[in-house]
Amino acid sequence: MTATDTLPRLDRRRFVADLVSRLPEDTLLVTGLGSPSYDVFAAGDRPGTFYLWGAMGAAAPLALGLALAQPDRPVVAVTGDGEHLMGIGTLATIGAQLPPNLTLVVLDNAHFGETGMQPSHTQLGTDLVAVAQGFGIQNTVRVTDLAQTEGLAARIRARSATTYAHVLIDTTEPPRALPPRDGVANKNSLRAALGLATF
Amino acid sequence: MSQTHAPAPSWQEDVFAALKKRGVQQIAYVPDSGHSHTIREAQRDPAIHDVVLTTEEEGVAVVSGAWLGGQKAVLLMQSSGVGNCVNMFSLLQMGQFPFLTLVTMRGEYAEFNPWQSPMGRTTQQALELMGITVLRADRPEDVEETVEAALDSVFEAGERVAVLLGQKLIGRKKWERD
Repeated sequence: MTATDTLPRLDRRRFVADLVSRLPEDTLLVTGLGSPSYDVFAAGDRPGTFYLWGAMGAAAPLALGLALAQPDRPVVAVTGDGEHLMGIGTLATIGAQLPPNLTLVVLDNAHFGETGMQPSHTQLGTDLVAVAQGFGIQNTVRVTDLAQTEGLAARIRARSATTYAHVLIDTTEPPRALPPRDGVANKNSLRAALGLATF
Repeated sequence: MSQTHAPAPSWQEDVFAALKKRGVQQIAYVPDSGHSHTIREAQRDPAIHDVVLTTEEEGVAVVSGAWLGGQKAVLLMQSSGVGNCVNMFSLLQMGQFPFLTLVTMRGEYAEFNPWQSPMGRTTQQALELMGITVLRADRPEDVEETVEAALDSVFEAGERVAVLLGQKLIGRKKWERD
């Protein structure tokens, strides 16, 4: 029994599409490997998105470095519970920096979806909101209703505090929507969107 | 809170001066005594974000994110940290990110603690296996030139480079406390 056992869970694709549609055009997105990358791509490819296909645990720290470098833009990491937990110590690193333009959106279905739906830690005792707060991220929200999406988008637009959103999603697996796997092209296009040369 | 420190060895001053000269704006690190001067200077320099990490692999992603956003960044670690990074190095290869890490060596010279040796002996190979070019400095007078050469390769040519700072530079660790 965990804190989230009895709470309602959202359709992941619908939530992500709704959130992304409410973000300003200059928002930079980093997606964790697996379904979160597919969800964000399905919401419409944007030049300011970096899709991870590996490097499990990288979504949050990559977004941290990007947020520190681009303080005038909202930076949002969208990842899953498994990817996030592999690099959970990064929350301590983020808690020590607290860039006001950084938001972590953790899509939690309490399973390792990509590998056959094995139960993950969030149904075996881990409470991610308590974890984030314990690491010093005070601005947390647990999303269990689509009506909360606008409130989250407003926080992202405001760039006024590092925000941690724990989004409870169900275990349905929508059709795969595969973003490009060419990391070099993705890096170059994101930098081009920022007016930066390749190197 | 103010602390006084013994003056840093000049090679450590050379490291920070080189990073500063090239406009490095993020320094991510897991501390080591050999990096203490650079860390201290980064902390008090308003133009540099000092990012203390819980594990080195976070730093591989932090400095890549910095580069995506247009800032130069470096990762400081001890040789034991290289092993923690191995899978995360795939990010560097897949994105061909410019990448510089400065690695202080343990387990290779007058090492008192045998637990440092397995990773210390394989640091260079682990980096090379993951596609990172390895440079080395063992004498104080070589540090500045080696770090500057690495900065050229990384930020002018987009390479991935590690500079190993030999344990001889740091000297024998004093184990008994007076």
